Amino acid sequence: MFVLEFEKPILALKSKIEELKRLQEDEKIVLTEEIKKLEKKSKELEITTCSNLSSWEKTQLSRHPLRPFSLDFIEKCTEGFIELHGDRQFRDDPSIVGGFCKIEGISFLVVGHQKGRNTTENLKRNFGMPHPEGYRKALRLMKLANKFRIPILTLIDTAGAYPGIGAEERGQSDAIAVNLREMAGFAVPIICIIMGEGGSGGALALGVGNRVLMFEHSIYSVITPEGCASILWRDGSMAREASKNLKYTAQDLLGFKIIDQIIPEPLGGSHNDPQKALYSMKEIILSNYKELAKLSGTELIEARYQKFRQIGEFVEAS
Amino acid sequence: MTSWFKRIAPKLIPGEKKKNIPAGVWIKCPECGETLYSKDLENNLKVCLNCTYHFRLTSEERIAQLTDHGSFHELFRGLTAQDPLKFVDSKKYKDRIKAAVSKTELEEAVTVGRCLINGHDTCLCVFNFRFMGGSMGSVVGEKITRAIEYSIDQGLPLVIVSASGGARMQEGVFSLMQMAKTSAALNRLDKARLPYISILTDPTTGGVSASFAILGDINIAEKGALIGFAGPRVIQQTIKQDLPKGFQRAEFLIEHGAVDMVVSRKELKSMVSRFFDMILQKENKLLA
Repeated sequence: MFVLEFEKPILALKSKIEELKRLQEDEKIVLTEEIKKLEKKSKELEITTCSNLSSWEKTQLSRHPLRPFSLDFIEKCTEGFIELHGDRQFRDDPSIVGGFCKIEGISFLVVGHQKGRNTTENLKRNFGMPHPEGYRKALRLMKLANKFRIPILTLIDTAGAYPGIGAEERGQSDAIAVNLREMAGFAVPIICIIMGEGGSGGALALGVGNRVLMFEHSIYSVITPEGCASILWRDGSMAREASKNLKYTAQDLLGFKIIDQIIPEPLGGSHNDPQKALYSMKEIILSNYKELAKLSGTELIEARYQKFRQIGEFVEAS
Repeated sequence: MTSWFKRIAPKLIPGEKKKNIPAGVWIKCPECGETLYSKDLENNLKVCLNCTYHFRLTSEERIAQLTDHGSFHELFRGLTAQDPLKFVDSKKYKDRIKAAVSKTELEEAVTVGRCLINGHDTCLCVFNFRFMGGSMGSVVGEKITRAIEYSIDQGLPLVIVSASGGARMQEGVFSLMQMAKTSAALNRLDKARLPYISILTDPTTGGVSASFAILGDINIAEKGALIGFAGPRVIQQTIKQDLPKGFQRAEFLIEHGAVDMVVSRKELKSMVSRFFDMILQKENKLLA
């Protein structure tokens, strides 16, 4: 089982409660009062812990292997998914998945990063770190959606675009940049959701939407805290320090007005109840879609342009 | 003869030598090791006279080399970075900015202006790598976006000369979003059918290469420039292998189809104007 440091005291209490319950059952001793007390204590501890998570703890949660991934959303919340493959140029990149599906009867093009849960899956999915062909597949599918006037839903969950020789040879910069430019011009609603890790350009390449939403314990950053630490502190182990400085939690970004809304997670994180997390996500997607569906294609493009156009903090001398 | 010896002799005393030669008169080429006289180097556009190594330029030098004399008028001055993250590493971000301003005597990492390039009225953006590694924060993103919008508004061709390590970490996600902002503006330039020449110089990496710098109608790499998404050190740490010789250099990019041409500094200005001559015809009925 994958347990984070801050979860340990809560789990210890919970296992103590279990133990008391077993004792009560087996030895026929009445422990109702003690159990009640401990349950209250455990709940309180969980609530205080989870409402005071540090940016580093949130980083760990955002990378939790049992969080819902793109394919989990597709499986649990959509119907009739038709997966589409390949960039038509080089190969199919399994670290990005995409295709058409229906959500409550409405057709969507869904495209998202896909991480693996174990070594075998991760080798196949390249830990959710795409090569250029992944971004080009995503672009190809989004163009199809634009052509048929189907709304686009992007699911973002990557440490970043893969830094490797092949990726550079095939134009990682170009693949990302073209997506940024082209997403700005689609005449359909685009809803982007940061599921876990929103890592740099590799995340943004699916992130130019009319609505950008983040899960409660997700992050969205210009660079990983490890990368930032190794550049600015010349020491990768300063990642915790970097994570504080980078201000990349969902709460930070909502405060900066860079994202539109936070999707609540079950107490302690989505991995505690993925189904519940996905249900909240689906409801929020639909409510956002309903607002965007009122706009014309031209209005959607203009609104998206203005959304990104106004991001930036500077002072102008008069 | 004796007097000649007397004069030269003191200069040979160790430690004295540097004192007697004004700083910066002689420059050693980092590529071939040749010692170059700085005036000769400047007269040669800061290209090594021995091996043609291209030294990095300041934005001032680049503007002087690329534009018709006296034609450059700076636009969008007076934008100052804020510190929305209150970022502190070994130094406060605000102090880093101050240090960069006093070091370069510039306001920010990019300078924007309107100029003539062999007679072509052009909107020009030039990066200065010496200003915090030419990194893109909110001000750089805003100035590039304004330059693109100005080009559309005035019907001008656009040239951006990049030299940047990428997005500026100290402004976090604000910097990241400048990639989307500038690229979205280029979508509009594209629809306005105005030409954009991207000149990628040493180095152009990260969030700058993965946004406007690679999106030129034509991409010109300056000879020898390092251009790529991930920096070589990051790639090496990830794949734990040595990188091939010439990896991510301009010549590697043309071989892999990422740029249209590799141009030496001496040919740069004429290449830009030749391209404009070719496509900006006064009376093109097809554009009507």
